[in-house]
Amino acid sequence: MSLKALDYESLNENVKNCQYAVRGELYLRASELQKEGKKIIFTNVGNPHALGQKPLTFPRQVVALCQAPFLLDNPNVGMIFPADAIARAKHYLSLTSGGLGAYSDSRGLPGVRKEVAEFIQRRDGYPSDPELIFLTDGASKGVMQILNCIIRNQKDGILVPVPQYPLYSATISLLGGTLVPYYLEETDNWGLDVNNLRQSVAQARSQGITVRAMVIINPGNPTGQCLSVANLREILKFCCDERLVLLGDEVYQQNIYQDERPFISSKKVLMDMGAPLSKEVQLISFHTVSKGYWGECGQRGGYFEMTNIPPRTVEEIYKVASIALSPNVSAQIFMGLMVSPPKPGDISYDQFVRESKGILESLRRRARIMTDGFNSCKNVVCNFTEGAMYSFPQIKLPPKAIQAAKQAGKVPDVFYCLKLLEATGISTVPGSGFGQKEGVFHLRTTILPAEEEMLEIMESFKKFNDEFMSQYGDNFGYSRM
Amino acid sequence: MRRFVIGQAKNLIDQTRRPRPHHNNFRLLSPLASDPIPVSSSRFFSDMTGSDSSSSLPVTIDSINPNVLKCEYAVRGEIVNIAQKLQDDLKINKDAYPFDEIIYCNIGNPQSLSQQPITFFREVLALCSHTALLDRDETHALFSADSIARAWKILDQIPGKATGAYSHSQGIKGLRDAIAAGIEARDGFPADPNDIFMTDGASPGVHMMMQLLISSEKDGILCPIPQYPLYSASIALHGGSLVPYYLDEASGWGLEISELKKQLEDAKSKGITVRALAVINPGNPTGQVLSEENQRDIVDFCKKEGLVLLADEVYQENVYVPDKKFHSFKKVARSMGFGEKDISLVSFQSISKGYYGECGKRGGYMEVTGFTSDVREQIYKVASVNLCSNISGQILASLVMSPPKPGDESYESYIAEKEGILSSMARRAKTLEEALNKLEGITCNRAEGAMYLFPCINLPQKAIAAAEAAKTAPDTFYCKRLLNATGIVLVPGSGFRQVPGTWHFRCTILPQEDKIPAIVNRLTEFHKSFMDEFRD
Repeated sequence: MSLKALDYESLNENVKNCQYAVRGELYLRASELQKEGKKIIFTNVGNPHALGQKPLTFPRQVVALCQAPFLLDNPNVGMIFPADAIARAKHYLSLTSGGLGAYSDSRGLPGVRKEVAEFIQRRDGYPSDPELIFLTDGASKGVMQILNCIIRNQKDGILVPVPQYPLYSATISLLGGTLVPYYLEETDNWGLDVNNLRQSVAQARSQGITVRAMVIINPGNPTGQCLSVANLREILKFCCDERLVLLGDEVYQQNIYQDERPFISSKKVLMDMGAPLSKEVQLISFHTVSKGYWGECGQRGGYFEMTNIPPRTVEEIYKVASIALSPNVSAQIFMGLMVSPPKPGDISYDQFVRESKGILESLRRRARIMTDGFNSCKNVVCNFTEGAMYSFPQIKLPPKAIQAAKQAGKVPDVFYCLKLLEATGISTVPGSGFGQKEGVFHLRTTILPAEEEMLEIMESFKKFNDEFMSQYGDNFGYSRM
Repeated sequence: MRRFVIGQAKNLIDQTRRPRPHHNNFRLLSPLASDPIPVSSSRFFSDMTGSDSSSSLPVTIDSINPNVLKCEYAVRGEIVNIAQKLQDDLKINKDAYPFDEIIYCNIGNPQSLSQQPITFFREVLALCSHTALLDRDETHALFSADSIARAWKILDQIPGKATGAYSHSQGIKGLRDAIAAGIEARDGFPADPNDIFMTDGASPGVHMMMQLLISSEKDGILCPIPQYPLYSASIALHGGSLVPYYLDEASGWGLEISELKKQLEDAKSKGITVRALAVINPGNPTGQVLSEENQRDIVDFCKKEGLVLLADEVYQENVYVPDKKFHSFKKVARSMGFGEKDISLVSFQSISKGYYGECGKRGGYMEVTGFTSDVREQIYKVASVNLCSNISGQILASLVMSPPKPGDESYESYIAEKEGILSSMARRAKTLEEALNKLEGITCNRAEGAMYLFPCINLPQKAIAAAEAAKTAPDTFYCKRLLNATGIVLVPGSGFRQVPGTWHFRCTILPQEDKIPAIVNRLTEFHKSFMDEFRD
């Protein structure tokens, strides 16, 4: 009888402890049902193209030409590719050292990083250094790399919003650190109260935790709120006072559905605050090609920009990046195209604007449809999706439902979401996957299903919810509308 | 179009396409450094505010994860940094140097040295990148019929034909089916698509396994010395212990079971629990291809000692000698009658090497067999946190494992391209090996496979003393001198580890074939003058 080489018991505990609900129990059950032939609407992950959103034409043309450069030598190429796509493909190929198939600089192609820096400068009005910008295989990889640098042991704590995108909790788990939660205030539109922050930090420190960093997700995921400038200033001052590095997850910066609070980057606010804060607060900002109106999740393209990180630390981060050799080059080109899209006068400009606006305006409409739809349901209240791609309604589960869940051995919101899935095919992620206050339940869905299907989906949800509340309720009804 | 492509294939190595700037920014960290290598920062760090010694900042060199500080990756480091500067300076001071270009022989990055991608693969990728092409009549004039058919087939396997969507966390099912079929065709034993985990290159798969296996420094991983430093770096990052086993240079870098046993016992006596054995076959940097008998002994050893076998097989298509053949460890284990319950085996493959050389696409997979379902669930869970690997790389991996077959329209040009590249690699390997063996004090084992030569250099005492005076490892000293005299960039052997007191360097076989004679000449001249200077 041979020794079992790797059994469950001997696995790294950190791996066992980490959870990632976005592709967890609900998703696996939905996949099973799909295999059995049931029609599933996957709203568990921000994956626009999977729900019918079309890729933007121009970047796909450029990258297709980069994939097959022999096309550029063909005299007929101008018949099926516009001249500006051809020119752009040549431009990006010239930035590489051998086309898409060669490892680039471990930080990403210098030429693309320069374009990213120029974008940041245009956006914020402050200079940006390409040497402090690292391209990564998706923003997630960048987050993991940075947290890996920061977390030394379980005494290192990372402030993370609750609710949060579980990449943070999963990664902190994997790295053996400690998650220090700070609660967003649902009744105040998921607002951030600095007092909550102070309380969380004090509590952590009293338990011997060294709080090292603070994560903000702006716009929020799953909550969607856009932080105000005042809020950002408070946060930056707080990080300065408490000696925390701020990790600014800004991947949804293109997804804004209201006009009161446009996106403002943490970097801009920091620079606006001037010295000494602008020279002292350490900030790492993350962005991606997966979200916005691009939705190119499958490319795995992202970057992070470092502010006030000392040279030798940047060196070490570079060293770790180099072990992975290089981020994938196609996605780097997507990133270049995203930060320097077609300009007025370019052949492809009109089409590009039409496609982008179409997507954004539809997202804005769907954000409204979904919020209103949830609010019209019994025992459901839902904050408006100000940004990002999700709706995060609160489901006020009646006591009988909670009891039934316990009996079924399920967390209450998981119980609700499973029933929703079985009844309607709508695959969501239970709020427990993101963290929430004790005794308060939510689910996260995306606003991504096709606009033409939205009303039907909301009706289907309402019907299920009515039946569920009848079955488990005691006629205590609450609806915002 | 077809004739155009075949013409290209036949002129493969001789083609010099438009000049490409070499932007390999890999710097070499000398692992023997008693002081950390001072980095001349001017190129990287423009206006930095705050020095690293400022302790008021929360994240500085003093407070970052010590595992990060500990880990090293020699393929980037000092030598490549110097090469970069020389290259920049060459543009303006052409006459100041005895060479007119930098030749990067430090990294297995074929397409950066003008190796062309396989046309069929790129046709399929282009069509999948911009699917609107498939609706146009003109496309038939620009693309081969079978590439169009394959693109359709692949797109039909992707829900909604959405190549921009996150896929299943293990990779698109249809592509895994193709890979499993390819593995079965290669080995003669079945492969299960559910055992395949597709990753952004093979390296993330290695990291994943290290993460699962290592809980503390008491967990050890047996690694070959010399080794590709991904292993040492990954083990350091995850806080484990590298347990070295020495390959025997005198017997063509042979792997002795007795050495494995010795190192295992040694580790045990130090309180280390050895969890896995990493084997790189064909080897990197050493290039040896294991014999089947050797492989059987290794499988037996792992089974007996309860070790996970981590089989890095990324160079499986790079075998240059007629007396050796690649056999996957999966095939060997299965042909010994060992199944899922007998041996835990993780086999790594990549699209970066072989004849396809698609490094920049980041594609690869690991085939995971012999684990219980609760362990597999954990592997899946870790994979899911990153959602999925890039789709373009996934498509390429499936093409690599199921390329054009006889009868397919593209088969002829595909084979011509493939054989052109591989035969050229074999020629270059032989030429460089012979040239190196002619040099005084240098012995070089043949490169049976992979992409490297790893000669042993018997440095004279005077040279070693000079190196010590310069506070540099002797092989790094040699490589620096070589770079400054010839423009050729190598990696010192210390980056891969070696038997203490021996010195090596790693040189790729990848420069264009028509440049090889000039490289050989420069190397020979330099070496002669080096030995003249330092001969005892």
